[in-house]
Amino acid sequence: MKNPYLPLPMKLVKNFTETEDKLIHTFTLQYLSEEDEKSFPYMPGQFAELCVFGKGEAPFGIASSPSEPGFLKFSVAKVGVVSTALHLMEEGTMIGVRGPLGNYYPVEEFKGKNVVIIGGGFAFTTLRSLATYMLEPERRGDYGNITVIYGARNPGLLLYKEELAAWEQNPNINLITTIDSAVDGWNGRVGFIPAVTEEVAPSSENTYAIVCGPPVMIKFTMPVLEKLGFPAERIIMSLENRMKCGIGMCGRCNVGGKYVCKDGPVFTRAQLNELPAEY
Amino acid sequence: MIISKKDIPGFLDKLISEYQVFAPVQEGSYTLFKSITSGTDAVLTADNTKLPAKEIFFPQSEKLFNYNVTETGAKLETDIDDRKKVIFGVRPCDARSLVLLDNVFNNDKFQDPYYLTRRANTIMVGIGCNTPASTCFCTSVKGGPFDTTGLDLLLIDTGDAFVVEVVSDKGKALAKQAGFAAASDNDKSAAAKAKEAAKVTCQVNIDGLKDKLDINFYAPIWDKIHEKCLGCGACTYLCPTCHCFDIVDDAVDCNGCRVRNWDSCAFPIFTLHGSGHNPRTSNKERYRNRIMHKFKYFVDNFGEIACVGCGRCIKNCPVNMDIRVVLDDVRGSEARLDS
Repeated sequence: MKNPYLPLPMKLVKNFTETEDKLIHTFTLQYLSEEDEKSFPYMPGQFAELCVFGKGEAPFGIASSPSEPGFLKFSVAKVGVVSTALHLMEEGTMIGVRGPLGNYYPVEEFKGKNVVIIGGGFAFTTLRSLATYMLEPERRGDYGNITVIYGARNPGLLLYKEELAAWEQNPNINLITTIDSAVDGWNGRVGFIPAVTEEVAPSSENTYAIVCGPPVMIKFTMPVLEKLGFPAERIIMSLENRMKCGIGMCGRCNVGGKYVCKDGPVFTRAQLNELPAEY
Repeated sequence: MIISKKDIPGFLDKLISEYQVFAPVQEGSYTLFKSITSGTDAVLTADNTKLPAKEIFFPQSEKLFNYNVTETGAKLETDIDDRKKVIFGVRPCDARSLVLLDNVFNNDKFQDPYYLTRRANTIMVGIGCNTPASTCFCTSVKGGPFDTTGLDLLLIDTGDAFVVEVVSDKGKALAKQAGFAAASDNDKSAAAKAKEAAKVTCQVNIDGLKDKLDINFYAPIWDKIHEKCLGCGACTYLCPTCHCFDIVDDAVDCNGCRVRNWDSCAFPIFTLHGSGHNPRTSNKERYRNRIMHKFKYFVDNFGEIACVGCGRCIKNCPVNMDIRVVLDDVRGSEARLDS
């Protein structure tokens, strides 16, 4: 019987300050052996429990893509005990990783379809994983148009700036970035995600929308997607709830009878419509 | 088969030489399951134990592993309890609760080795309830005072002796090993009479309860029903089917252990996000979740109600919340689908 509580020790090789406000760091973790890497087969949208030995565990979406071998990447906001301890960690130290946990974005269903990825703020982590996965040259042909609409309050709060710059130049992906209010030197759009989505989103025909962001963004983006004709079955969301075990036993992350950790975190809007709004 | 009551301590002593034996033991005014070292410690006359037998398989506080982290790696050590155990004197409701909990700790995707190893290595010897308490309502939730679900042997009190009913192969082997005498026709009819005479007087009508819960998440009844509840969590700690837990580190720097402790859905921090957002903000949402979990979500997921009718939550609630009344109120309430 595999013990699902045991973390895989990994080496923190990079602790990178991702945003200007310094509240989000991106951690790059390296496997200690090839065997370890084989023991961690994951897909975009899954998460893992990161553990700072001596402090505890907390769940975070995996920001790297399975198409990027050798390491795992997590972008973590500093909010609680574990995330604060993570932010203070020196490169070279050991971190525990427990996972991969949860389900993933239905990439098989996306085949032959267009995809529009809509992200806000630092909820862009597993969306980055998804976009990177679909952009892999040998996989790119499986999907139709890929559009990414990504917004943050200001340019300094966008994650993965270098990658965004590369995507701007990449003909295989249509990237639209937006910020809440205009600043000097910003060449992208200005405006909130729902309004920008309404303006630039591709036709809902044969298209999946994947949405991840703060609750207020979700709340106002949903009616826009409905208006654009996206059926609830083709709106994909990723939920976050407080978790401990990550394996459907400790009881706290349930939304109705579904556990976000085990049955999610990825749900379609249609599935969520059947559940009480306890998230 | 039959065993005389005066032979019980000797029987237990024999078991103790081979198994870790748990039995109800007097602790002040109540009994608790404890690992016993002498057959005479077992108290078999009292009501059900204050805490359910669940604790033997899923302790209130349990070490998951030790760790020692260095610059080059981490050494993790687990100590999974695989000692052979006998639980003696467990009541049918508590035995049934473990069968329900098996669904959680052995779910469609993950297995909990701590709980499942203990379960696999344990023989359950139950005692039927000749005189169910006024708070018992097992028969309303698919149980009964002589229900054998989850048991390997069932003992039926006939006065001076227990008539032994074999339930499983494990129980059969234990009975053979113990060399119980054959029961006479008189003994058998005495056992049948005891079963007949045992009456669970309280019935909770749960017909249609699930149908109602399917549609009344937003019903006004939830605004009222929780009002008396203090959110102390006592019911969750005493419940044989509650399984919520927390995981914490107990460590000095990088040497220490990871521990899991019982937790409770009655506490606000249970679902509190790091951001400050809480999906179950008030007692209303938390109490509703407790009822929904046991009588709807568990049924949706595993086809069973997660309540065995032991009555501990009724007996021990500091403000006399009575789940039987709550269920009745919910069942009779007006449904409203809108949010």
